[in-house]
Amino acid sequence: MKVNRNRTFYYLKEGISSIFAHSLMSFASICIIVAFLVIMGTFILLAVNINSLIGDLESENIVLAYVHENLSENDARALEPVILAIPNVTSAVFISREEALQSFIGRYDDTDRYDDVDATWFRHRFAVYVSDVAQIAETQNSLRYIREIATVNANLAIANGLVTFRTVVSWVSVIMVAVLLAISLFIMQNTIKLATFERREEISIMKMVGATNSFIRWPFIVEGFILGLIGALIAYGATWSLYGLASRSVIEFAGFFQLMPLSSNVSVPIFLLYTGIGFGVGVGGSGIALNRYLKV
Amino acid sequence: MIRMNEVFKEYANGTKALKGVTFELNAGEFAFLVGPSGSGKSTIIKLLVGEIAPSDGEVVVNGQDMDNIKMRKMPYLRRTIGCIFQDFRLIEYKSVYENVAFAMRVIGASNKDIRQRVPYVLELVGLEYKAKARPDELSGGEQQRVAVARALVNNPKLIIADEPTGNLDPARSLEILLLLKKINELGTTVLVVTHEKPLVDQFSQRVIAIDGGRIVSDALDRYYNYESQ
Ligand SMILES: Nc1ncnc2c1ncn2[C@@H]1O[C@H](COP(=O)(O)OP(=O)(O)O)[C@@H](O)[C@H]1O
Ligand SMILES: [Mg+2]
Repeated sequence: MKVNRNRTFYYLKEGISSIFAHSLMSFASICIIVAFLVIMGTFILLAVNINSLIGDLESENIVLAYVHENLSENDARALEPVILAIPNVTSAVFISREEALQSFIGRYDDTDRYDDVDATWFRHRFAVYVSDVAQIAETQNSLRYIREIATVNANLAIANGLVTFRTVVSWVSVIMVAVLLAISLFIMQNTIKLATFERREEISIMKMVGATNSFIRWPFIVEGFILGLIGALIAYGATWSLYGLASRSVIEFAGFFQLMPLSSNVSVPIFLLYTGIGFGVGVGGSGIALNRYLKV
Repeated sequence: MIRMNEVFKEYANGTKALKGVTFELNAGEFAFLVGPSGSGKSTIIKLLVGEIAPSDGEVVVNGQDMDNIKMRKMPYLRRTIGCIFQDFRLIEYKSVYENVAFAMRVIGASNKDIRQRVPYVLELVGLEYKAKARPDELSGGEQQRVAVARALVNNPKLIIADEPTGNLDPARSLEILLLLKKINELGTTVLVVTHEKPLVDQFSQRVIAIDGGRIVSDALDRYYNYESQ
């Protein structure tokens, strides 16, 4: 297939040379792709960090299940598998009445005031950890059904607060990404419109001498593909270094909290997302903008 | 080669550009299409290359009925027609050679064919020594000769030129028309649109005259007679 190799070479050569021939437009397109991807990436990373922060808070948001006082410590400990069998429960840590007493006394400075406090006044208890705070009320009810459990104490206010916070964060992220997407599509569409407007003569010459639509389109697709790739790579590099910078300053100024490290299970999806959007915007954009000129 | 039969064209804004145009141009013929500005000359050209569709009547080009042509077939019809315009329509950032080769590349010609054919047509228009120049380094007459070379390069059966001398001085204009006549002698059918009477007067060729969207005269050397009536 000699002719086909010729054509592929032609598409590549035309696509690449037109990037340089229209360097200002190429530069503008890359800038818009980079700006959009970096802003979007920032939001995604922010959302990922907020989610992991919520996750940390959730894991601390425990339910306390108090065991009936007539059970021995061994019988009480034996309840652990029963508790673990409840859906939504991730772990249950047994706290004996002695430990409960110690931690109670530990909260106060003048310990001798509680010298006469007896551990038997306390109940054995389980600290129960849940996976989803939104279902904490159901989990509480399930625990109450266990006969040996005297009473259950869950912090519903904190749980509800977390759920609301998470919902708000999700909605804000979705809306921000949608608004960003709309704005950058608008800008991109106009950039490409300008780029093809600049080349309307060239396209009309191609039509005049009898080029098929696909022959006209391919060099533009190659061009969009390359611009998208360059934009995605630059954006990825920029995001990476900005995130590193942000992580260092967060550690410096707010030692108690740190950003998630950019492990491969975050960076690889972001890289794929960037290249995917880069290609989509580059190729799709030039294809849509061309349609106007191909209908002659 | 070309057949127009009772062709009407009304533009979307209601302008009636053609009001029943009938003429034929046979293979190997050379003809001028003349008429004042706004008489419908460019409308005829646009109908012939399929850029617009007639409101009524029959348009046949190189054996193809333009009314029934499928969009997919249009590029292949256009390869049988070479077009030349007043404003040259060259690509600024490509060399003379590349501008001509471009017309072959975009219809998928092989590199071997391009290397053979482009120097040949550049020589035919007398520009082989300017192959590496860019359009803005050429005079208007030279630019138009590049456009002629490009129109020729895919070996079309028919060449259509819409006011090819509109931007040129009289001497360069005559040069271009002589070049088109030479191409006609080599076997290509040529239709030249112009409103420059002194230029047409120098040739003893068929002249089709149009005014107000109607053919008013179609004969050898009749442009002068029509004008003086
Ligand atoms: N796209 C168009 N839309 C509306 N009217 C047009 C269009 N193109 C040409 N016309 C009108 O049609 C008439 C013939 O135009 P045209 O064929 O370009 O004349 P010529 O080439 O002889 O100067 C003119 O009145 C012109 O204004
Ligand atoms: Mg005209």
